Amino acid sequence: MRVVIMGCGRVGSALAADLSREGHDVTVLDLDPAAFRFLPKDFSGHKEIGNGIDLDVLRKIGIEKADVFVSTTRGDNRNVMAAQIAKHLFGVRICASRVFDPLREQMYRNLGLRTINPTRVQARRLKRIIEAPDEEAANAIADEFMAADSA
Amino acid sequence: MTTDLRRSLYIIIVGGGKVGFHLAKELAESTHELLLIEQDPARVAEIQEELGDIVIAGDGCEATVLEDAGAERANMLLAVTGDDEDNLVACQVAKERFNVERTVARINNPKNEQIFQKLNVDITVSATTAILAHIEPELPTHHVIALGRLKGTGLEMVELRIPEESRVVNRPIREVRLPYQSMIVLVVGEDGQPKVPTGETILHAGDEIVAVTLHESEDALREELMAPPPARSF
Repeated sequence: MRVVIMGCGRVGSALAADLSREGHDVTVLDLDPAAFRFLPKDFSGHKEIGNGIDLDVLRKIGIEKADVFVSTTRGDNRNVMAAQIAKHLFGVRICASRVFDPLREQMYRNLGLRTINPTRVQARRLKRIIEAPDEEAANAIADEFMAADSA
Repeated sequence: MTTDLRRSLYIIIVGGGKVGFHLAKELAESTHELLLIEQDPARVAEIQEELGDIVIAGDGCEATVLEDAGAERANMLLAVTGDDEDNLVACQVAKERFNVERTVARINNPKNEQIFQKLNVDITVSATTAILAHIEPELPTHHVIALGRLKGTGLEMVELRIPEESRVVNRPIREVRLPYQSMIVLVVGEDGQPKVPTGETILHAGDEIVAVTLHESEDALREELMAPPPARSF
């Protein structure tokens, strides 16, 4: 599949690396070229500098041919605006965004985007490790989380 | 929205920059109820000093802030920050969660107008587009000037001038290959007299044309009416 990922932070770059390794045609878009340092050295996808809410930029990087658009920048609003542009103007079939504000996340899910909200899960996990009786128990819980995530 | 002018409206403005501030100042003199939401507390204090207690600090895209602002009884929300993504989300949250009747967004990048309209923002205002509309008639370039959109149809009215080199010069309209959903509705000749054309109307260089077209067909219309004849190979 052709995948466009907007935002090359830790999450965007990890996702780009995974999908690229699986053989997908991945384009990573970020405003800051320094962000590409997060990508592995053997990353074989495309790196593009630009703003994902700019129609001209999206067109230039081939959004019209993309099957998947993912936005993972720090800005909720930028993420959902870009995903809606991809979906409604360029007809990208699968559009997914990370949204930090739980209320906004829910709303955009209702509006047809695929969204995740990392804040609740993280808060719950932090709570669980501080409630652990000692460091050993806390580390065991953290390992459990890691194992669940890589399953 | 009703057109009862006596009705007092509740209007929320998101963004206390220059546009938001002056909007609030103008509207504060009317009988309508007004609230300005601005993120920067320092700016809030400045506005408060000048306009009084009509401003709160907060993120106008956040549902909790809008709830505290009483958005569910707001008649209008005007999102006028300098960032299009914030204006879009403020309007969408207002409409989707609080059923605000009328949402108005300032557009900073004129290319974003289309997506805002597609996502049900009721009114979009772009300073760039407005200024261009004023100066374009005076520019000697071959442009299509958008006169307005016909709401809910995807159609727009455009104006253009037939250049001398155009392939349609001295040809009747019936020979012009107009793009899908496009129609020439008015021709203003050199004499300044507007006429409603028929298929037999001959187009001349310098004619002003008013046409209805699909937004997506605008480029094709420009090409057909303004471009020179295709080069012939011998």
